Amino acid sequence: MRFDPRQLLDLIIGDPQADRAVPPTGFTARLTVFTAAAMAFLAVFAMALSMATGRLADRWSEELARTSTLRISAPADQVAAQTRAAIAVLETTPGVAAARALTPDEQRSLLEPWFGPGLPIEALPIPQLVEIIEDGAGYDATGLRARLQAEVPGAVLDDHTRWREPLISAAGRLRSLGWFAILLIGAATAAMITLAAQSALAANAQVIRVMRLVGAEDTYIARAFVRRFTSRAFLGALGGTVIGMIAVAVLPNGDDVGGFLTDLGFRGLGWFWPLCVPPLAAIVAYFATRAAALRTLKEQS
Amino acid sequence: MGGGNNVIELEGVAYSYGGAELFAQLNLSLAPGSFHFLTGPSGAGKTTLLKLCYGELLATSGQVRLFGEDAAALPRDGVAMIRRRIGVVHQDCQFLDHLPLSENVALPLKVAGREDETDGNLDDLLGWVGLKAQANQTPPQLSGGERQRAALARAVIMSPDVIIADEPTGNVDWEMSQRLLTLLVELNKMGKTVLIATHDLNLIRTAKNHVSARVLRLKDRKLQLAGAEL
Repeated sequence: MRFDPRQLLDLIIGDPQADRAVPPTGFTARLTVFTAAAMAFLAVFAMALSMATGRLADRWSEELARTSTLRISAPADQVAAQTRAAIAVLETTPGVAAARALTPDEQRSLLEPWFGPGLPIEALPIPQLVEIIEDGAGYDATGLRARLQAEVPGAVLDDHTRWREPLISAAGRLRSLGWFAILLIGAATAAMITLAAQSALAANAQVIRVMRLVGAEDTYIARAFVRRFTSRAFLGALGGTVIGMIAVAVLPNGDDVGGFLTDLGFRGLGWFWPLCVPPLAAIVAYFATRAAALRTLKEQS
Repeated sequence: MGGGNNVIELEGVAYSYGGAELFAQLNLSLAPGSFHFLTGPSGAGKTTLLKLCYGELLATSGQVRLFGEDAAALPRDGVAMIRRRIGVVHQDCQFLDHLPLSENVALPLKVAGREDETDGNLDDLLGWVGLKAQANQTPPQLSGGERQRAALARAVIMSPDVIIADEPTGNVDWEMSQRLLTLLVELNKMGKTVLIATHDLNLIRTAKNHVSARVLRLKDRKLQLAGAEL
């Protein structure tokens, strides 16, 4: 069964007589419109999820790849000296753009989510943290560890690789899952429309018989059904997409506290992607109905 | 019953349904412009034979040639093309009940992509069968006779080579049956081949006063020329 571009043109231009020959069937019409709207709504959310996780993976990858942390665990009277020594080592290390010790306030804010506000950090044996900002080329972690081991015995270098990679991998998988969900939604839409089209064809068996008796070809009969289901799927998907976009738009804005959950949505040109859903739904409906119609007409002949 | 230019030819045709053989070794030829009646008792297979003649059914064995083409070898679209050359008046009329009469009658032109011929033809045709006033009514709103005449109008709107009518007077009174017969005789005089299945012997006798018709009788699984009693 080959796709003929002329048939698509016929579909767009339409044949009111072919449409009129098939009586409207309220139930399948409502079912198709509702299915397309619901699936489009879900597709918009899956798309928003995919894009949000994509942004998250990119951000984690970019931000975490550019920073490292040096943890200095030493007796209280040696912490300041070892911190200065570590910074001196870092400042002379190729690939390190900047290095600075975190202030007590910064360290307190890092611990605040677990211990609450007002933590007397000075009274606790908390290691001193040094933030390292890499330049574009990055540094040789193995070489730096060797130098630190010799000159700053209490220093432990964490280049974030250990926990950065699983996070990025998880975000990537979540993004793939989002796209896979969109594919599943498309397949489910095709299945539902096929069932609705088959139901409409079965309900109109007598109409089809009459049209055949007066000389109608299968493509003529199929066109009436294809056009009807394609337009229903498009209109339903358009409604579902608009509602989905509004729902995504009214989600809370992203901020540091909400993190990923409040970052779910579209940004900039990303808002154009959901607009692809209605035409895609129409294309899915076109091929699903056409295949169902021609198969059923062949079986009925 | 043979001939090279026959519009419809059945040769050694058998048809079985549900394991029972309805008829066997059946031969029939319809020459262009001929007028045939098909008679026989109820259940003899008249409607089935007509369906073989317009390609709705395929013979179990033997060969059916429609305009020289083997019906069994025709692709589905080929069957559609053949049906545009054969106008059929079905026993139960076979209308689309949701469409008005005018659109039902014009349907063959529409499906053939010849909508431009509709305007003039449709008015003339509805006038010819006396249904101009009912053009906007739907089939369920029409009487039995009006439906039969509408079916005849739809059968001829494509100006087909062959008219096949299955019990066209089955549901109408004597006056209406005479009117329908007159229309069919007129079509035959215009060069159309006509095949009518009927059990109405009075109709056949009347027709023979106006046209040279052959009467075929389907009985006991055989097709025979009817005798002088008609």
